[in-house]
Amino acid sequence: MATTVHEPPRTEEEVRSGGGGFHDLVPADGNLRALRDHSPEPSRTGIWVGLAAITMSFAALTSALIVRQGAAPDWRHFTLPRILYLNTLVLLISSVSLEVSRRRFAPTSPREIKPSARWLYATLFLGMAFVTGQYVAWRQLASEGLFLATNPSSSFFYVFTVLHALHVLGGLAGLMYVIRRLKRFALRPSTLDVTSYYWHFMDVLWLYLLLVLLIRL
Amino acid sequence: MHDMPQAIKEHAPAQTFIRKYVFSVDHKVIGKQYFGLALVAVFIGMALSWLMRLHLAWPNLHIPGLQWLSSSGAPNGVITPEYYLSLMTMHGTLMIFFVLTNAPFAGFGNYFLPIQIGAEDMAFPRFNMMSFWVTLVAFCVLMSAFFVGDGPPLAGWTSYAPLSAVGGSAGPGEGTGQTLWAISIAIFCIGQLLGSLNFISTTLDLRTRGMTLMRMPLSTWAWFITSCIGLLAFAVLLPACLLLVLDRIAGTSFFVPSNLVISDQVQTHSGGSPLLWQHLFWFFGHPEVYIAIVPAMGIVSHILVNSMRRPLLSHRVVIYSLISIGFLSYMVWGHHMFVSGMSPFSALMFSFPTLIITIPSTIITLIWIGSLYGSKLRITAASLFALGFISLFVSGGVSGFFLAQPSIDIYLHATYFVVGHFHLVMGVASIFGIFAGTYFWFPKMFGRTMNEGLGKLHFWLTFVGAYCIFMPFHYLGLAGNVRRYSAFVEDYLQPLLPVHKFISIAALITGAAQLIFLYNLVYSRFRGKPATENPWEATSLEWSIPSPPPFDNFGGKHPVVYHDPYQYGIASSTGDYVMQNSPEQIQTVRDDKSLT
Ligand code: HEM
Ligand SMILES: [Cu+2]
Repeated sequence: MATTVHEPPRTEEEVRSGGGGFHDLVPADGNLRALRDHSPEPSRTGIWVGLAAITMSFAALTSALIVRQGAAPDWRHFTLPRILYLNTLVLLISSVSLEVSRRRFAPTSPREIKPSARWLYATLFLGMAFVTGQYVAWRQLASEGLFLATNPSSSFFYVFTVLHALHVLGGLAGLMYVIRRLKRFALRPSTLDVTSYYWHFMDVLWLYLLLVLLIRL
Repeated sequence: MHDMPQAIKEHAPAQTFIRKYVFSVDHKVIGKQYFGLALVAVFIGMALSWLMRLHLAWPNLHIPGLQWLSSSGAPNGVITPEYYLSLMTMHGTLMIFFVLTNAPFAGFGNYFLPIQIGAEDMAFPRFNMMSFWVTLVAFCVLMSAFFVGDGPPLAGWTSYAPLSAVGGSAGPGEGTGQTLWAISIAIFCIGQLLGSLNFISTTLDLRTRGMTLMRMPLSTWAWFITSCIGLLAFAVLLPACLLLVLDRIAGTSFFVPSNLVISDQVQTHSGGSPLLWQHLFWFFGHPEVYIAIVPAMGIVSHILVNSMRRPLLSHRVVIYSLISIGFLSYMVWGHHMFVSGMSPFSALMFSFPTLIITIPSTIITLIWIGSLYGSKLRITAASLFALGFISLFVSGGVSGFFLAQPSIDIYLHATYFVVGHFHLVMGVASIFGIFAGTYFWFPKMFGRTMNEGLGKLHFWLTFVGAYCIFMPFHYLGLAGNVRRYSAFVEDYLQPLLPVHKFISIAALITGAAQLIFLYNLVYSRFRGKPATENPWEATSLEWSIPSPPPFDNFGGKHPVVYHDPYQYGIASSTGDYVMQNSPEQIQTVRDDKSLT
């Protein structure tokens, strides 16, 4: 279908509302180099794409759990280690602290990084505490004789929690990167935002996984 | 340094050789790297298919030198039945993952998607670089299966459990080789996920001014849709491969059922579900066939429009059809499992969407044919291959209608009929898309033109050859010739041997014809006629910049887009077309009466 009447270049406002894309990356004079720094970041889109993929992976694993549980009468139920609930609390608090940091981050005065940084360190610490807590949970299960291959239920427990912990470790790496950029006064708001979306998503994912494990194990 | 914006740092021209050609973040270099990897993979895959065809037609043939590749698999150069299956598995895995996914999607997509939307690079150049290197690692891991342990796995490209999950006792290659396969594919998934993430963000965010979604060329649309399919499909295959690896090395029982006896050994696993693997695999596997074909559809549309010198009957309907193909591709996976013992009711539930998905494919095909009808087609190697694509897609697609009926599929499922179906519709058709793209875009990528005469010769040999090879497969299948057998030496299959001999000879000749392409590629790269900026008189943005493009594509500026992508068949100052970024006003479009 060839529509084609000549169209004059759109004005700035029109383009922003989605004419040339979700975001307009080209300023009036068309000079690319002048604008890169304050243009909207693709990472804001990318993060949702990435989270969609992670969601899909865990959805696949959940369906695997349901199928496997129904496949044979060998599913052994066990109670989850108590520490998981403490870990959950820690992870939730870490999200709050990251949110505080994000609110305190004022791109207008890049030199005032202290409050923001403090809360970022808190988040980092809480995130590490969460992973350590998960490790304690694995040790506890192991001491009860429940290993990866002991029973399908324990297999799924380990697969879920380890994969989630790996993702949290990825988030910790992201936080460290954010802190480094912040200290160099080079942190872009989008980087912080995107990291926080990821981090909050790890919360939600964990709550979901915990629920599945509670119901199924 | 810290106040220098990231993007500019990444976009300064690379200085060292390593940064420029090896660990490059430039999407064009990465695209060529993917293309090169696919080229290596396709020739290895083809050599493997030759070995298989030789063995099928002449089961006792000594293939000189083969014993050096595997002394146990080919003692004296005679392929054992197990080694035949290993060759088949490696052939399928290489072709589907490292050729049909890499070349039309990751290769051409990386090179041309950013240019066609007027961006200077992908959204995340570093992820992009990682995605290639991760894929290369996956390739090396897979190839190492030839040389370590007792050879490559033999469970097929689908790696059905429990065969793929129990370990070394299941046969040669089912030890280390199969583990390497699962690890390789898991790594491959990571690379594809990174790539898809990039494609999606780039298309959504980096379009230049005036480049609305509907103004994107069809090739860009196809890559975009493919990346959406790939994002979800590879996100499922990745955990599936992880579970498979755990079954193999950690003793879990996700996929291995209880009391399974293999080679007189009771397996230690218990209670797993082999069907679970099939579901997870085909949930990826069916979308994967569209990952292979959709980019080719986009490339072919892009080239045909250019050669016909007029727009398609409908740009939008093609796009909507591609989107619905992408969507429906997630609802049909069970049609690969009709004989798996699934309930007849679910079989019906999968049969129905399978028939529905033929509708958008048919619409696109009709649009191609309708647009071609009465056009003054410019015959080039590229447009010939595009036409060949349509032919193969139709011939191979028709058999899909048969296979979509559970009652018919039960007979045809494990026969050569299925092999004929998917080789025509996915294998060769997608390869034709790659060829068409190569002849078309080579001038842009390398600044030189490929030899048209050799290209046309290559087309005719390949086109006729492909039909000679894959059409008889359907007859073999109807005659009950089972697939995945290494030889048909006795019983009722014996009378079919002459057909197999014919196919094998055709395969050898057609394969040899690919050397013409290789020669053309290498020769033109260094000695080809220098290409101008826009040798095909095309309209999309990639033809508005020098061949080959500078490192940042548009020389620091971004183009402004004024037109729909395919303004052919009009009167303008440049001829019968106007480029997307030309501010020239167009009065009427000959082919679109509604506008006149
Ligand atoms: C016209 C639409 C199509 C229909 C109705 C259709 C239907 C089917 C069915 C029912 C099967 C399963 C046969 C069996 O295993 O018993 C099958 C196999 C297959 N199809 Fe299609 N198909 C269509 C188009 C395509 C396309 C476009 C591609 C690829 C681009 C494709 C690639 C494959 C592959 C690779 C297999 C076999 C996989 C294997 O077992 O190794 N098909 N098709
Ligand atoms: Cu399918």
